[in-house]
Amino acid sequence: MTAPLLIKGGRLVDPSQNLDAVGDLLLQDGKVAAVGGTIAAPAGAQVVEAKGLVVSPGMIDVHVHLREPGREDVETVATGAHAAAAGGFTAVCAMPNTKPVTDNQATVGFVKRQGEAAGFARVYPYGAISVGQQGETLAEFGEMVAAGAVAVSDDGKPVENSHLMRTALEYALTFGIPVVEHCEVMSLAHGGSMNEGVVSARLGLKGIPAEAEEIDAIRCILLAKRTGGHVHLCHLSTKGSVDLVRWGKAQGINVTAEVCSHHISLTEDAVEGYNTNAKMNPPLRTRADVEALKEGLKDGTIDLLVTDHAPHHYDEKEREFADAPNGIVGLETALGVNITYLLEPGVLSLSQLVDRMSCLPAKVFHLPGGTLAKGSIADVTVFDPKRAWTVDPTKFKSKGRNTPYGGHQLRGRAICTVVGGKIVHQLVD
Amino acid sequence: MSLLGKDLIGLAGLSREQITTILDVAEPLREISERTIKKVPTLRGMTVVNLFFEPSTRTRISFEFAEKRMSADTVNVAASASSISKGETLVDTARNLEAMRIDMVVVRHGSSGAARFLAERIKSNVINAGDGTHEHPTQGLLDLLTLRQRFGSLEGRRVCIVGDVLHSRVARSNIWGLKALGADVAVCGPRSLLPNAIDEMGVTVFNRVEAAIEWAEALNVLRLQLERMQAGYIPSLREYNRVFGVTSARLKAAPRELLILHPGPMNRGVEIDSDVADGPHSVILDQVTNGVAIRMAVLYLLAGNKAALADVAKGGAA
Repeated sequence: MTAPLLIKGGRLVDPSQNLDAVGDLLLQDGKVAAVGGTIAAPAGAQVVEAKGLVVSPGMIDVHVHLREPGREDVETVATGAHAAAAGGFTAVCAMPNTKPVTDNQATVGFVKRQGEAAGFARVYPYGAISVGQQGETLAEFGEMVAAGAVAVSDDGKPVENSHLMRTALEYALTFGIPVVEHCEVMSLAHGGSMNEGVVSARLGLKGIPAEAEEIDAIRCILLAKRTGGHVHLCHLSTKGSVDLVRWGKAQGINVTAEVCSHHISLTEDAVEGYNTNAKMNPPLRTRADVEALKEGLKDGTIDLLVTDHAPHHYDEKEREFADAPNGIVGLETALGVNITYLLEPGVLSLSQLVDRMSCLPAKVFHLPGGTLAKGSIADVTVFDPKRAWTVDPTKFKSKGRNTPYGGHQLRGRAICTVVGGKIVHQLVD
Repeated sequence: MSLLGKDLIGLAGLSREQITTILDVAEPLREISERTIKKVPTLRGMTVVNLFFEPSTRTRISFEFAEKRMSADTVNVAASASSISKGETLVDTARNLEAMRIDMVVVRHGSSGAARFLAERIKSNVINAGDGTHEHPTQGLLDLLTLRQRFGSLEGRRVCIVGDVLHSRVARSNIWGLKALGADVAVCGPRSLLPNAIDEMGVTVFNRVEAAIEWAEALNVLRLQLERMQAGYIPSLREYNRVFGVTSARLKAAPRELLILHPGPMNRGVEIDSDVADGPHSVILDQVTNGVAIRMAVLYLLAGNKAALADVAKGGAA
């Protein structure tokens, strides 16, 4: 049995119950035992002093790549879950583009067990939409859900076949899971390695036009309308995509959407100098896109903040830009980036930030947590929204060092991460 | 103290003064190639590697002549006959070359940014001999020198780049170099072969080659790669010639005589007709001659005081 944990004197911020007040939080037997006011420490309780800190329901990142099975040299479920805990996340959803692809109950179960064995953040596997992410045959959603999958996606690849996407949306209704699409029209994006615009023209890099994302986004929204299925759009990066989701939601279509921390903080200018740590898919876009994404987060068009944590080996990024792989790590910088670029400039309030990083991810993906209500699971993030720190990739718990934020000054950092009533990370400095 | 710094990666970001200095240095170096004994000792003792990951005849030979006429020791490395074809990474290739204590690398590579990538990782001077669709600065410089010889000054002169600007490193180097020297720059080609954001690059865009010819004082005609047709950017080479080809019939309609440049190799009968290429207003072979002088100038300027030190050590003079 884990000893009771009393988190004392923090600012409790839990939008799921409209809570924003200084008070204590008691966790016992893996559940929230009491919340708010002054709570006396039970016998044998461990006490965490949280004066001046924010205490929120555990942050959840529904979009990470943990690389296991297949690329354990780059990340494992354990190192990824450790990185998550260090970044203040109590749960992550692991994308299925592993080797072999997580497209069956055995692999789903393996990823889930690896997460449980690691004992850091909770790891919820995704299942693939199609067998081998080949975009041809539906994977066995039912068996994968029974084994622990919380959603399906072919992330990294779009489902190009519209009939398959339609079928996936319909079939997923039985299991109540979202179908999660990486929006990209491959024939438009083909060969591109950054946003298409004046920077790509100058650097002589093939660009990916915004429409490559937007055309797929509206296709999925319309198919969700047709089928009544729940489509969740990954890592939206353009103003047009925000407008399309806004339209879809206004029509009452079951569409939700996420945005990555890097897409609200960086623009295509970060690619200057052929910086492969600024290469990801979708690419960094323009200032106008960044502003539209922030507006979308503010007005609720964009539901969630995610990282798209994508570790790569040093050697793989240390090469010609067009040949370098897409993606950056984000679990250990996201909270700081979100606080620096969204909270501090007043784009989001503190409770909106917690909503988009904790409550809404739980709600949209039907996951436990996302609340500090009495009786809910004892997943808690304690963070200091004022803490200034400098990103040092060599200190990451992730095996990945591929970040564009190395050396950046950020404000806001996780101090203590609690999963199931147990401290899985405590900042030491 | 070197004028250019360590490397020459592109003309973007170079000032008018820097570019003018390179042209000014190149001008008298032309004479060396006219001598019976085409050799000066300027780069004696320096080792230059011509590292070509893409096939090239003209540019590689031009660099090699420039190096040899300045007495550098040169080694040519071609991708197909080296460890590169065995899967060695670019950075490993560079580091291994450097471990043999070289002074300069002239690099041609199919990836945009590859020259800069090398330059940031090795101590040797790096000269970009063309990286992907990014820049080909010595080609841009030799085009500028050729134009300057004819025009005197480029200030306010109207130069149009015709053809596949989207995939052309020559076009980019020309745009930055021409603008730095005060020229009015335009581009002309099918929109499918122009960058979508071309308007933001500070150039005029002509959809019709007739309009470009009416406007321009010089045309720099780009090579149309056969694979552009295969990739679906244009329907056919035949139609390209009929719509965008620089032909004598079109040039005859021009209100003035135009200088005709082409970076080569030419597809006669596609982007340029033979009677234009061989005609009185073609400066295409001047470009080639100037190319050697420009490369000598760049080698000399990048070598900076290194060469002076080498001469001091040997008790000689440049």
